[in-house]
Amino acid sequence: MCGICGCSDMSFSGKFIPVNKANALLFTSYDSIQGDESADKSRLIQMEVDLLGKNNSYAEKNRHYFQEHGVFVLNLVSSPGAGKTTLLVETIKALKEVFPIVVIEGDQQTQHDADRIRATGVRALQINTGRACHLDAQGIGVAVAKLGIENNSFLAIENVGNLVCPSAFDLGEAHKVVVLSVTEGDDKPLKYADMFYAADLMIINKIDLLPYVDFDMDRCIAFARQVNPSIHIIELSATKGDHFSEWTNWLRESMQKMIKSHAL
Amino acid sequence: MHELSLLENVRTILEAHARSQHFQTVENITLEIGALSCVELEALTFAFAAVMKGSLAECAELKFKRIEGQGRCFECGQLTPMIELYDVCKHCGHFRVEIVSGLEMKITELKVR
Repeated sequence: MCGICGCSDMSFSGKFIPVNKANALLFTSYDSIQGDESADKSRLIQMEVDLLGKNNSYAEKNRHYFQEHGVFVLNLVSSPGAGKTTLLVETIKALKEVFPIVVIEGDQQTQHDADRIRATGVRALQINTGRACHLDAQGIGVAVAKLGIENNSFLAIENVGNLVCPSAFDLGEAHKVVVLSVTEGDDKPLKYADMFYAADLMIINKIDLLPYVDFDMDRCIAFARQVNPSIHIIELSATKGDHFSEWTNWLRESMQKMIKSHAL
Repeated sequence: MHELSLLENVRTILEAHARSQHFQTVENITLEIGALSCVELEALTFAFAAVMKGSLAECAELKFKRIEGQGRCFECGQLTPMIELYDVCKHCGHFRVEIVSGLEMKITELKVR
């Protein structure tokens, strides 16, 4: 029998312990499933199909494309208002002469963010997800084809402002970058552990506001490392420029590494 | 909210299997959901009827098989149970624990006719 989806005649009749909506949350185990000789025409099909399999296969296609074309891709995630777009606008201003930059913007509605990016002179494509709360790999594939990205570029994907759902959806990026601002709670890494677990880099933004808010930087960093011991952390202010070069240096180095490996 | 997307994937997978394995109705579906996965079972159950409406699984029952979270400690090398992604090793208290199970989100069994 095929180990992936059970696609053979190895099915058998059986009877499940019925689980209705009211008790669906009571977990059952296979031990509780017994064969039933008096079964009707029903049959069981064993399979092992990942619920994110479709997204993951599109993500792998994207990743392959990005590697072939030397495109360095970051997937920026945060709660709404953490400063992703401002971070990108300032990053573009600092680096657009150094390497080509393209942006894919994800929001449920409006072109506002893409307009802000375009105002810097860089190309941006807005994806409106409508009711969906995250970008998916298929949508990114379509956007990339539309954009026609040149080799050795930096592609920034600004995901929908949401610290929950985008953690599960691989887009084919090199890294997820989670942006957290000091006007939020310093315990967010624990509250939204999935996202901080999935990210390789955490940017703590708006540090110019630290004197005015009750945000404990050490506590926040300790929480983030508790969830993800290998997460890299940069503290900066995108609007005021504090420590901004630490981020642009990280980006330049990552681009150089990617271009080198692409040239090999 | 992404539970809705996941269920739409379930529906697509069911429809594809119905074609390849020749069934018309799904009577029940077993999902294997890891305790550390980012899925809320209540939300899945809540959205299930809405997403499956009009499909071959409209009357299907949804069942869950839970996979407990487990990690291996980088420090002492032992297996340790994990309730949260940020749990420390129960043996040595170290943070660096690699998750070995509990992130699963799969369809593992269908009862069909």
